[in-house]
Amino acid sequence: MSITIVYTMIALSAIGILAAVILYFVAQKFKVYEDPRIDEVESALPGANCGGCGFAGCRAFAEACVKENELSALFCPVGGNDCMTDVAGILGLEAVTKDPRVAVVRCNGTCEHRPKTNQFDGASSCAVASSLYSGDTGCQYGCLGHGDCVAACDFDAIHMNPETGLPEVIDDKCVACGACVEACPKTLIELRKRGPKDRKIYVSCRNEDKGGIAKKSCEVACIGCSKCFKVCPFDAITMKNNLAFIDSDKCKLCRKCVVECPTNAIIELGFPPRKIKADLPPKPAVKKEAPVKKEVKATEENKTDNIEKK
Amino acid sequence: MLKTFKLGGVHPAENKLSADKAIEKLALPKSVFIPVAQHIGAPAQALVKKGDQVKVGQLVAKSGGFVSANIHSSVSGTVKKVDLAMDSSGYPKQGILIDVEGDEWETGIDTSSTLVKNFETDPKKIIDRINEAGVVGLGGATFPTHVKLVPPQGMKAEVLLINGVECEPYLTSDHRVMLEKADELLVGVRLLMCALEVDKAYIGIENNKPDAIKHLKELAAKESGIEIVPLKVKYPQGGEKQLIKAVTGREVPSGALPIAVGAVVSNVGTALAVYEAVQKNKPLVERVVTITGKSVKNPANFLVRVGTPIQYLIDAAGGLPEDTGKIISGGPMMGKAVASTDIPVTKGTSGILLMQDAEAKRQPMKNCIRCTRCVTVCPMGLEPYFLMTVSDKQIWEKAEASKIMDCIECGSCSYTCPADRPLLDYIRLGKGKVGNIIRSRKK
Amino acid sequence: MSKLLTISPSPHVHTSDSVNKIMYRVILALVPALAWSVFMFGFEAIRVTLLAVAACVAFEYLIQKYIMKSEPQITDGSAALTGILLAFNVPASLPTWMILVGALVAIGVGKLSFGGLGNNPFNPALVGRVFLLISFPVQMTSWPVTQHATVDALTTATPLALLKEGVKAGQPVSEVMQGLPANLDLLYGNMPGSLGEISALFLLLGFAYMLWKKVITWHIPVFILGTIFAFQGILWMFNPENFIEPVFHLLTGGAMLGAIYMATDMVTSPMTVKGQLIYGIGIGVITVLIRNFGAYPEGISFAILIMNGFTPLLNVYIKPKRFGGTK
Repeated sequence: MSITIVYTMIALSAIGILAAVILYFVAQKFKVYEDPRIDEVESALPGANCGGCGFAGCRAFAEACVKENELSALFCPVGGNDCMTDVAGILGLEAVTKDPRVAVVRCNGTCEHRPKTNQFDGASSCAVASSLYSGDTGCQYGCLGHGDCVAACDFDAIHMNPETGLPEVIDDKCVACGACVEACPKTLIELRKRGPKDRKIYVSCRNEDKGGIAKKSCEVACIGCSKCFKVCPFDAITMKNNLAFIDSDKCKLCRKCVVECPTNAIIELGFPPRKIKADLPPKPAVKKEAPVKKEVKATEENKTDNIEKK
Repeated sequence: MLKTFKLGGVHPAENKLSADKAIEKLALPKSVFIPVAQHIGAPAQALVKKGDQVKVGQLVAKSGGFVSANIHSSVSGTVKKVDLAMDSSGYPKQGILIDVEGDEWETGIDTSSTLVKNFETDPKKIIDRINEAGVVGLGGATFPTHVKLVPPQGMKAEVLLINGVECEPYLTSDHRVMLEKADELLVGVRLLMCALEVDKAYIGIENNKPDAIKHLKELAAKESGIEIVPLKVKYPQGGEKQLIKAVTGREVPSGALPIAVGAVVSNVGTALAVYEAVQKNKPLVERVVTITGKSVKNPANFLVRVGTPIQYLIDAAGGLPEDTGKIISGGPMMGKAVASTDIPVTKGTSGILLMQDAEAKRQPMKNCIRCTRCVTVCPMGLEPYFLMTVSDKQIWEKAEASKIMDCIECGSCSYTCPADRPLLDYIRLGKGKVGNIIRSRKK
Repeated sequence: MSKLLTISPSPHVHTSDSVNKIMYRVILALVPALAWSVFMFGFEAIRVTLLAVAACVAFEYLIQKYIMKSEPQITDGSAALTGILLAFNVPASLPTWMILVGALVAIGVGKLSFGGLGNNPFNPALVGRVFLLISFPVQMTSWPVTQHATVDALTTATPLALLKEGVKAGQPVSEVMQGLPANLDLLYGNMPGSLGEISALFLLLGFAYMLWKKVITWHIPVFILGTIFAFQGILWMFNPENFIEPVFHLLTGGAMLGAIYMATDMVTSPMTVKGQLIYGIGIGVITVLIRNFGAYPEGISFAILIMNGFTPLLNVYIKPKRFGGTK
């Protein structure tokens, strides 16, 4: 009995040693030279493999970074400036900083604001619905509510609100990878500059119809009246096709346009309540639980505890 | 043994409720909305403006390119506005709204019902006349007919196929045309043969219309080169490629047009429109539309002016039934659901189907049990279950390699799926995406 | 208009067929064979079947509700069908607790661990059966004597087992055959065996019903049975002393049950006819190999499970004939 065990051990050890020797030589023979910096860069990246940089994954992005002579065309939206500084340090290049961004859904056509005109009964996908027809409300530009953006998000940062039927972005989780922007067939989602304390002001509408038609289909549609355009002191607002657009890079968050808007299409988020606001009917502020906070290193941004929704 | 195509196919309940209802002329509506894009290809350019007086048959929008078609006014009256309005595409489209005043036709149009048999034999003149009259494929695809009649360089048409199959359940407009306008139809076929310079034409008719087959066979016996081919009742027998396969045995190669095997397919309604355009100088301003549905009081076949709101048809057929859950422009297999009764009848509207609440709703989707039925019924030999998966997961290379572009969107897969999976919804989506990828690659 | 119209992409009509109908029709097709086994094995057959069905349905419900936390789908009939097929594959004398274990393995491991109906790579009932066969070989091969047998014993052996023993002992086949039932007895099922596999006739009756209702197509059963017949026939022609004539193999063991009801399980069989041909031939060849040369007297369960494993591969590499493809 014991001799069997000895034989077995000898035989297995022999096979093991033989395999190790073969593997060693094979590894030598087929060694592929790879820039060691690729591994270094990759380890500095977040490793989310989300594709937000435009490459197939973090490794592909790292390879691209090593290949390039300068980093102006390459940016990891998830890691942000800190991450790119690290990468630049490894490669001995100059880091290019970009303002941190966040996804914003530009439609406020809730069930109340935007009555349904028919009921969709196909595959639950915005892409399918949008290729079929203009949507189940009078507004052909608005959110279809099937959640293609939610399915596209790798970071659990966008969710459908069952009450409004609209998607909501959790700012703290959003890394601005742009997956939802790609997924939305109505191009409602925009990556906007993160304001201080996650404050933001934007036109929550994409309706290009003439004022009357837009207003008829949705109470809070932008009717293209240009009032905000006229009041803006910073030239941040542009008017095109009966629709106002606030450029987040130019907007200084002065909130003048918000008061001006006759249909409440301009939304302000993250601001303390106004002191003088007698002319506007008070609306209950919906407080939401703050999601788990992400560790943020240098900036003071991303640190709001709650998001106030108007 | 009846001829048919080999691969796949389904047989939905036929429900041809209006098959024995003669074509009736529908009274003129108060106003019409004539979209400028009623065909595949470039939209036509509107020639009229608000306040203009128009007559029936007057050109109101000019063809916007080679693959495009002229649009004529279907009524006489005043142009109210040129603006966007909903049509059956589901999106607001540019069109001309005309208030109807009287019924005054453009001079030179023969509105009598006398049969004009002798015709022009110069192909070029026939094609020009068809082009001018804005004739498009009336089977539903609305491809401009004059484009079909000019084969691409180096190709030659050998045979003309006339599609009288009407394989869609419920629809009967082609059936009635074949019964009531057979003489005109055959002159139209002769004109098309002449334009294509072919000496053989087949009219394919599904075997569930024995009266039409018999009637046309009697008339065609006097003509040389026109043959009536009874076909097995099987959907999608009226699909262009399936019809060619069934009648001639030729298989259009993947990605190619029918002309690649020397065939040109035209609908019976189109042949009639060709007759009217060439012999009567009458543009395409009206067509036969079936209005039907299980709860509809008087299912009927109406001769309707283009642009008439479908509400008029519904009223004429006894009003909108209480239990209507869905309104479909076209047949139940390939037609489009519409959101309101204000949308206009266009050149491609072969029928209006009012579905009951119970029929209108889909069943909830279940897991695929890989029963192989979608593969078995696919007339193009595709794997719908697989195409749906790759479309949903957005793996476009695999979708393209699995021939997603060959899909004819007949709906046999979704129809037959026991797990109620929306196969075609996703395949159509994938087809659009893959099509865009292919086009951007060519650039 | 007060009521909202429905909008959905085409097609707007749907066949009346559904997953539930398919499942219940297969169950219906199995009823004649079940009736025959009740006739042959008495109350025990009812006990085993009811127990297996109840256990499968109960396990599916419990696992879906409490472990997978999803809506239980027991009404689709697939769990009940798995239960019946499991019962059909075990001896009528199997102890209750073993049936429960078999059902748990079939539903829990064979089906739901992969995500439920439609996602399982192997036939769940066969997974349960093979688990039992390997774990409890004695109980799984102790066949109760049929109610109408004249022998005075409690258990007996199946014709296939008798054949295997005889050939192993070195007897020529012609001699072994003396002790085997006649082909006619085999056809209507006058022999010991698993609960539902004994009557080829009634299983074929169910097959005819399923063909009529278009539940399954003829391809897979015909490919499998044809292969068994052809392969065994070749062996028999070369050496009739060592190999029995092919009809015997068609009528004994689970050949019919396996070919008609187990191998045709839609989830685990290939999508194209060409794929089904390879699948069927594979099952037939492996079955004949195991029966003649393997350690077990019966091998169709293993054969089906092995070919189940090849199904995804066949689906990827065997494509249907495309319209307008290269000729």
